[in-house]
Amino acid sequence: MAVITMREAISQALWEEMERDEKVFIQGEEVGVWGGTYAVTKGFLDHFGAERVRDTPIAEAAIVGSAIGAAMGGMRPVAELMTINFAFVAMDHIVNEAAKMHYMFGGQFKIPMVIRAPGGGGRQLAATHSQTPDAIFAHFPGLKVVAPGTPADAKGLLKEAIRIDDPVLFIENATVYQQKGEVPEDDFTIPIGKSKVQREGSDVTLVTYSKMVDYSMRAAATLAEEGIEVEVVDLRTLRPLDMEPIIASFKKTNRAVIAEEGWRSYGVGAEVASRIYEQAFDYLDAPIQRVAQKEVPLPYNARLEQLALPQVDDIVKAVREVMR
Amino acid sequence: MQKKEYLDLYHQMVLIRRLEEKAAELYQKGDIGGFLHLYIGQEAVSTGIFAARQPQDQVITAYRDHGVAINAGIPADKVMAELLGKATGISKGKGGSMHMADVDKNFFGGHAIVGAHLPIASGLALSNHMQNTNAVTIAMFGDGATNIGFFHEAINIAMAWKLPILWVCENNRYGMGTSPERASAVSDIIQKACGYGMQAYDVDGMDVIAMKEMVEERLTDIRAGSGPQFLEACTYRFRGHSMGDPERYRSKSEVRKFIEKGPIDNFRKFLFKEEIATEEELNQIGSDVLKEIEAAVQFAQESPEPADEALFEHVYVEHAGGS
Repeated sequence: MAVITMREAISQALWEEMERDEKVFIQGEEVGVWGGTYAVTKGFLDHFGAERVRDTPIAEAAIVGSAIGAAMGGMRPVAELMTINFAFVAMDHIVNEAAKMHYMFGGQFKIPMVIRAPGGGGRQLAATHSQTPDAIFAHFPGLKVVAPGTPADAKGLLKEAIRIDDPVLFIENATVYQQKGEVPEDDFTIPIGKSKVQREGSDVTLVTYSKMVDYSMRAAATLAEEGIEVEVVDLRTLRPLDMEPIIASFKKTNRAVIAEEGWRSYGVGAEVASRIYEQAFDYLDAPIQRVAQKEVPLPYNARLEQLALPQVDDIVKAVREVMR
Repeated sequence: MQKKEYLDLYHQMVLIRRLEEKAAELYQKGDIGGFLHLYIGQEAVSTGIFAARQPQDQVITAYRDHGVAINAGIPADKVMAELLGKATGISKGKGGSMHMADVDKNFFGGHAIVGAHLPIASGLALSNHMQNTNAVTIAMFGDGATNIGFFHEAINIAMAWKLPILWVCENNRYGMGTSPERASAVSDIIQKACGYGMQAYDVDGMDVIAMKEMVEERLTDIRAGSGPQFLEACTYRFRGHSMGDPERYRSKSEVRKFIEKGPIDNFRKFLFKEEIATEEELNQIGSDVLKEIEAAVQFAQESPEPADEALFEHVYVEHAGGS
């Protein structure tokens, strides 16, 4: 196993898939000459050329819309949105076109397209550039939504997303590109739609994904010192949502906390909690707790912003609450 | 052109006209649900386009798509069955009037969000460019679509990347009930294409021969590497925007004026004048078409409803775990 950063893991996945299949190409704002706003595609232009590493105008509907068309025409595009906040500008193409195209024409069209989009708060970019709107996109049948929390999962899931014939929104978190983790060195993929136990424990089921995986692991370490053993289940995919490892864990622990970076209302936690209630109500020993972002647009001020974002300590407190 | 080619054009336009009239009738009876946008009056536009395109050229259009579907070669049976929401419909009863396509015939639909298919069209052209095919993408849309941002993003990226695409604006003079004069800062639509440095042309969209010849020339240019070109086809829809249009935005005399120079009557006169066809021959086509439509309606009515299991089919190509 090699220890690499999240950025390197994503970059390697793209590079390897472009080497493997000449139909795979990248397009987006500043992916070429600039090397990617987060340097994920640095060096790609020199190696793969401008035909396959396409700098686009600042026009998100054209970026996503033309990726859909290219996919319908036999290519395998990876469209990069500079941030997921700009996905709203391309919302029609994501939810009305990409997510519907296979179903609405009776299975005639396939959209083997990946949209990469980094999101998340904590960088003092104020309200329009700091959102974690993942749950919105997970609302739509027809779209697959992936949001990995470790470099290994990021690499394996991105390679899988590029290889399958469905449209995938691949959500990254811009504050964890430097986070390191062990990643297998061979050519591997990870199936979409499979949750994973990232840490075993017997007392509380802590369901989470993306950046909050790291926060949850840190919270679990703190709680272990108090004698509370937390089982961390990483969703990895928001749609389709795999509840099996969560329900199996919950039947063992009878307690659950769900931690997400996005807003609480109508969020991932609401969905997961409902499903636990529906599928395992008889096993419930305490009300399920949700850790999420405060219900405000994120402010610029660093202290206020951190006050709004979920912290490791919020997760620790929520676990203690369900253990009372 | 051979006589048969002329007669084929006539057959296509009459087939579309009769299919649309029958669809209107079935809609009023309640056999067809949702929205219904008829192509009556505009038949020459897509008939001319398809007479000019090569089989590898891709066509994509908006929601007024029955006529385009017929010209793409989808049998009237499958069009009618789709209108009736049957399992045998071209989209298996899941798309309806606005969403017909046939991937095997390079007809990419039938799209119902105004202008949203235009960036997709750019992407189809990009796929042709990247795979070095000699196919051209033909993107059809209405005058109303030229006011939405998608249009501008799509033609900008196509021009910036010099993609092989022909933009065909079917200017039927109203976006629903609003004319370009009321909706558009520049009502001369061609000027919008010129603003992006694109070669732009206009053509009488009521004249199927003019349409065919113009599109042939444009496709030849584009195949030779001209980059995107723009064509405004001036046409008119004789019926409302959709069923149940009060038509307060135009006068009966205006409609009459355009019906008088309608594409089918026009072409009929031309065929007689040039002594290409006799009245008997055209009447024979007319009665053959009626039989074709009758058979299509019977096929659609006798076809089964989609099975319950169809509800969950085609949400994804590949099902992983979860739900």
